[in-house]
Amino acid sequence: MLSFKPENRAFRDKVKELSGEKIDLCFQCGACSSGCPMTQEMDYLPSKVIRMTQLGLEEALDSKTIWVCTTCFNCEVRCPRGIDIANVMEALRTMVLRKKYNRVNLEDLTAEELRELPPIAIVSNQRKLTA
Amino acid sequence: MTTMKVAYYPGCTLKTTAKNFEASTLASAKELGIDLVEPGRWNCCGTVHALAKDDVMHHIAPLRNLLRVEEMKAEGKVDDKKVVTLCAMCYNTLKRSNQVFKDDADKRKKVQENMENEAAPYGGSVEVLHLLELLREQGWDKVSTRVTKSLKGLKVAPYYGCLLLRPRGTGLDDADNPTIMEDLLKALGAEVVDFPYKLKCCGSYHTVQMKEAVADLSYRILDQAKRAGADVVAMACPLCEYNLGPRQAEIRKHYPSFGSLPVVYFTQLMALAFGLGDEATAFGANTPDPRPLLKERGLI
Amino acid sequence: MMMENDKKMVTIYVMGKKHRVPADLTIMKAMEYAGHQFRRGAGCRGGFCGSCATIYRKKGSYKLLGALACQKMVEDGMYIAQIPFSPAEKKTYKLDELKADAGTFLEYYPEIARCLACNTCTKACPQDLQVMDFVQAALRGDITTVAKLSFDCLSCGLCAVRCPAEIVPYNVGQLARRIYSRYVVGPTEHVLVRVQEVEEGKFDEEIKNLKALDKAGLKKLYDTRDMEA
Repeated sequence: MLSFKPENRAFRDKVKELSGEKIDLCFQCGACSSGCPMTQEMDYLPSKVIRMTQLGLEEALDSKTIWVCTTCFNCEVRCPRGIDIANVMEALRTMVLRKKYNRVNLEDLTAEELRELPPIAIVSNQRKLTA
Repeated sequence: MTTMKVAYYPGCTLKTTAKNFEASTLASAKELGIDLVEPGRWNCCGTVHALAKDDVMHHIAPLRNLLRVEEMKAEGKVDDKKVVTLCAMCYNTLKRSNQVFKDDADKRKKVQENMENEAAPYGGSVEVLHLLELLREQGWDKVSTRVTKSLKGLKVAPYYGCLLLRPRGTGLDDADNPTIMEDLLKALGAEVVDFPYKLKCCGSYHTVQMKEAVADLSYRILDQAKRAGADVVAMACPLCEYNLGPRQAEIRKHYPSFGSLPVVYFTQLMALAFGLGDEATAFGANTPDPRPLLKERGLI
Repeated sequence: MMMENDKKMVTIYVMGKKHRVPADLTIMKAMEYAGHQFRRGAGCRGGFCGSCATIYRKKGSYKLLGALACQKMVEDGMYIAQIPFSPAEKKTYKLDELKADAGTFLEYYPEIARCLACNTCTKACPQDLQVMDFVQAALRGDITTVAKLSFDCLSCGLCAVRCPAEIVPYNVGQLARRIYSRYVVGPTEHVLVRVQEVEEGKFDEEIKNLKALDKAGLKKLYDTRDMEA
């Protein structure tokens, strides 16, 4: 049975603070998930991740979802309650990255890839996915 | 025709893999009496905008560029404290950091303190525009009067991508029903092809380490454009152009029947319609090459 | 002659230990005066080799400053630490095979894409170079600017140690200067002309005559050589 412990509250509050979003307003309509372009790569749907943060479940930080998000803001535009789900995803990523975690590694790229990719791709990739 | 001098922020990619975007922009803007002036000193904007509410450091890079614009105005190099950018991601990053600077007094103070090496810190007075906004401000008839070679007969699908329009309120047009690119294309004489995935994300920075996922998204976008009858797709962002253009090779690996569909920057279409030469249209740098199709349509 | 009592002394802290040293010494000389022996972190002693990278703070100030120990004079209240080595990987490349474009910098040092334009590198530089500007220029493929701005770089490593994006600016500068000389500027005209003259045999006779001279003959030639006034 799920019980809302102090550490759950602390996690939820941290996410709210870092994202600046009123996560409690989400009523699980699923509009964000249906508009998200990356759902086939995700383990939890975006709306489910929001639910997890509402319940203060730190497992949200272990999801693949937060790393697969492209920050396209389609979810933000669709949310009927005005929540910017992309901000929440970034808050969750930030909490993991600040623990010296890097999701991707430049060293995995070949010389050809580094030459061919537009700088904007490398810049934004590193910005969103590394510490 | 009086020339207006406007500050222009290129972004790193327009100087390297997207030189065709820059060449076509500078040439067509000049035709419209707009002199785009690059700052003598600028840095990478550090896209994408940092969303964490306590973040200060990641705003310094974009705001430093806006400081350069203030300096340019003080030196009389530009008419206004405005900066025009071409890349949708730079546009979003500069604009949003500018807003954070204006709204948050505490962050403003910290950013200014961190600019202690500058002659003066950023004052917050610059307006960030995308070229499409500037053109809209000037009026579309201004564009159509410069057209010497109408794009009549060319079916163009406008592709917006994400950061030009989203999040709501930050974009340069309505996030659900934008018309700005359509208006431009009509002013150039092209036939606008609407298609359902014009606002869908191309996969963005995941092209680095998840290129199959990007190929999948790009395939769906391009396939829809094809089904709607598009000859070419018009772009406003060098990352989208890469994901929908050169990445077509990756698409063909997973969807062998795909074929190809040319993608071009909207400024390249402008340069073409204004009758400017090859150096301005710079189609040679596009993958796939749009020239065979344009030749077929009698445009080159 | 100056009396010991008249000599102005200042207080410095080397790795936390307090010392009284003469005010007219450089950090390096002052540390040696205090009894330290340099095994690493000293080289030319002339501000050119970059071995003596030092960071320091002054009493009462939070600012972290960088300097070359052999050049910087001591100041009262300095808290000093040496950075004799900056860990950095220098990539291997063949100059003949490099391309003079932005792609080269991203290929060898892709971390430059992480630059935050925070300017910490510029603040750390003891040569007052515009480090952030040359890293940014490399990202844009503006090789000439990188070469010009990094010209006086000594590879002391202070920028690399401080960079939050983990970039090693001096390696980027070095790569740029090499590409600049080889591909952007190209070989200097007078060198090419001289090499051609040599290959054409213009100096063959003169060298033959020189080789035939004995020591006295060489000395006479040397003593009567053309000298600028």
